[in-house]
Amino acid sequence: MASAKRITKELQECESSPPPGLSIAYSESNIYVWIVTLQGPPGTVYAGGVFTLTLTLPTEYPFKAPGVVFNTRIYHPNVTNDNAGNICLSLLKPEHWKPASRIKGVLEAVRQLLVEPQPDDALEARIADEYKNNRAEFDKNAKSYVQRYAKAGGGNGGGGAGAEGTK
Amino acid sequence: MDSDEDFLSTLSSDDDIMLDDSENDDMSNGDEFDDAFDEDPDDEPDLGLQKQKTPVAYDIGFKVYSPGDIQQQQEDMMNEVNMILEMSKEDAAILLRHFRWNKERLIEDFMDNSDKVVEAAGIVTSVANPPQLETLDGFMCDICCDDDEGLKSFAMKCGHRYCVNCYRHYLTQKIREEGEAARIQCPAEGCSRIIDARSLDLLVTPELSDRYQELLNRTYVEDKDTLKWCPAPDCENAVECGIKKKELDKVCNSTIEKNGGCNHMTCRKCKHEFCWMCMGLWSEHGTSWYNCNRFEEKSGTDARDAQAKSRVSLERYLHYYNRYANHEQSARLDKDMYTKTEKKMVQLQSASGMSWIEVQYLNSASQALQTCRQTLKWTYAFAFYLARNNLTEIFEDNQKDLELAVENLSEMFEKPISELADSKLKDTAENLANGMSPNKL
Repeated sequence: MASAKRITKELQECESSPPPGLSIAYSESNIYVWIVTLQGPPGTVYAGGVFTLTLTLPTEYPFKAPGVVFNTRIYHPNVTNDNAGNICLSLLKPEHWKPASRIKGVLEAVRQLLVEPQPDDALEARIADEYKNNRAEFDKNAKSYVQRYAKAGGGNGGGGAGAEGTK
Repeated sequence: MDSDEDFLSTLSSDDDIMLDDSENDDMSNGDEFDDAFDEDPDDEPDLGLQKQKTPVAYDIGFKVYSPGDIQQQQEDMMNEVNMILEMSKEDAAILLRHFRWNKERLIEDFMDNSDKVVEAAGIVTSVANPPQLETLDGFMCDICCDDDEGLKSFAMKCGHRYCVNCYRHYLTQKIREEGEAARIQCPAEGCSRIIDARSLDLLVTPELSDRYQELLNRTYVEDKDTLKWCPAPDCENAVECGIKKKELDKVCNSTIEKNGGCNHMTCRKCKHEFCWMCMGLWSEHGTSWYNCNRFEEKSGTDARDAQAKSRVSLERYLHYYNRYANHEQSARLDKDMYTKTEKKMVQLQSASGMSWIEVQYLNSASQALQTCRQTLKWTYAFAFYLARNNLTEIFEDNQKDLELAVENLSEMFEKPISELADSKLKDTAENLANGMSPNKL
C-alpha cells in the first residue's frame, strides 16, 4: 500500500522529534490508528491535565484527511461535550486538506486549539458563549473537568474505554 | 459585447411577431368568430397589450448556447485577455476564473496592481519555461515518500515537486470525487497556486481531461450572472437571459446538506460561508462570537425572510396559475359543448316553435363563452404581472364580474332544452358578447 511508507515515515518523525506536549503510541499490527497523549499546555486552564486522543488514518491517506477525536472528556468550545469528543478543525475539512499536509501539523493544531479556543467555529454553542461572556465561569468549569477526567493516574472518566496508550 | 447585441436583436424580433398577431381586436363583432376559433387557444398570448408598443417587463428574451458555444466564448475571452495583458492563455484562464469571468474588472485591477492580482489568483509568473515531467536524482516525493530511481516528478511554477503518481491520484480525486476544476490548488500545504489546464493535460488521462473541461464549462456558466443551465434533464445547453441570477438570490441555489460537525457551513460551489442554525452570514458570527440563538440579527432575518418571500411568491404564482389553468380546462369543455350546439338549436327550434334565425342566439352564446374563457384565462397571466395599485383593483373587480357572468352563462348552457327557451340566456350571452371588447380590460 502506497500510504504505508508515508505513514511509517511520519511515525518515525513523530517519535524521534515529537511536537511539544505530545506523544504518540500505536500498535505494530495497525499503523492506521494512533493513540496520542496531549499534555494540557502550561498557562492555560487545561494545564496539568493529560488528554488522550485517537487519530485514525483513512486507507486513502494522505489524499484524505485523518480523523481526530478526544477520548478524554474536555470542556472546550470546539470539542463536543460528550463521549464522542469530536473536534471541529478546518485543516481536516476536505476543501482544506492537502496531501502534503502532515500529521504533526494536525497534532500541533489540536494543541493550539487548547491554547486558543475558536468560539466562532464552535461545536458547543453554550460553552462558546460562556467563554466569550463569562470567562471566569468558563475557567472554573474547564478546570473542574480537568480535575474530574484528565488527571494522570486518575483514570479518564467519561472517555472511550480501552483508549489508553499501549506504550 | 457582441452577445449583448445579439440578445437585444432576438428580443426585438420576438416582439415583432407578437405585434403582428392582432386578429383578436375584432372579436367583439361576432362576425369574426370563426377565424378566432380556428386558432388553438394556447397560441394567443393576447390581452390587448399590442396597443402599447413598448416591451413589457415580463417579456424576456433569451438565447441558447450549446456546449461548443460555451467553450468558444471562454476561448474568445481568454484570447482577448492573453492579447491585452500579454500573458499565457493558461494564466489568462486562471485569472478570468478568479474574476468570475468579469473581463473588464480583471483588466482594470490588473492594470492597477498586477502583482497583487497575480498572487491572489494563484499564478507565479517568474519562470519562463512551461513545467514538464522530470526525473531528478535523489528526489523523494513528500506525499508517498517514494524515492525510487527514475521516478517521474512534476512541479508547477511554484516549485512544489511531487511524483506523477501522487499528482495524478490527487487530481483524479479532486475531479472525480469532489467535482472540483477551476480551484484545484497545488498539493503543498499552504500553497494556493491553481493547477492550469496544460499542467493537467500532462498528468492525467484524456478521459479525465474531458471531465475537467466539462466541470470548467460548468463553472463558467455558474459564474456568469446571465447564464443558466437549461432546466430540462440531460440537456447540455445553457440559456442566456436578461434576469441576473444574483438579483434573484444572494447565494447560489445549490442544495445544501449538513452531514455532521459544526454549524460553520461553506458552500462547495459559491464558497458562501454561513451559519447552519440561522442561515445568516458567518462573518457576522465571527465578530459577535458564537451566539446562534441570535434571532435578532439582520442577515439571518434577511435569509429567513428571503425563504419566506420565495414561498409567498410561489403561492402567489400558483394562485394565478391555478385560475389560469382552470379556465383553460373549462374552455375545453365549453368547446365540446359548441360542437353539440347545432343539434341543440334544432331541438330547441322544434320544442319552442322559434324560428331558425331566433335560435341563433345559442350559437352566439356559445361563441361568447369561448371568447370569455379565453380572455379570463389570460387576465390571470396579466394580473400576475400587475403592480398593486388602484387600477389593479378596478381590473380585479372587472375580472370578478366577468367571471361571474361567464359561470352563469356556462351553467345555463348545461340546462335541458325545455329551460333553454327562457330568454335570460339570450340576454346574458348578448351582454357578454358586447362587454367583451378588449378596450374594457
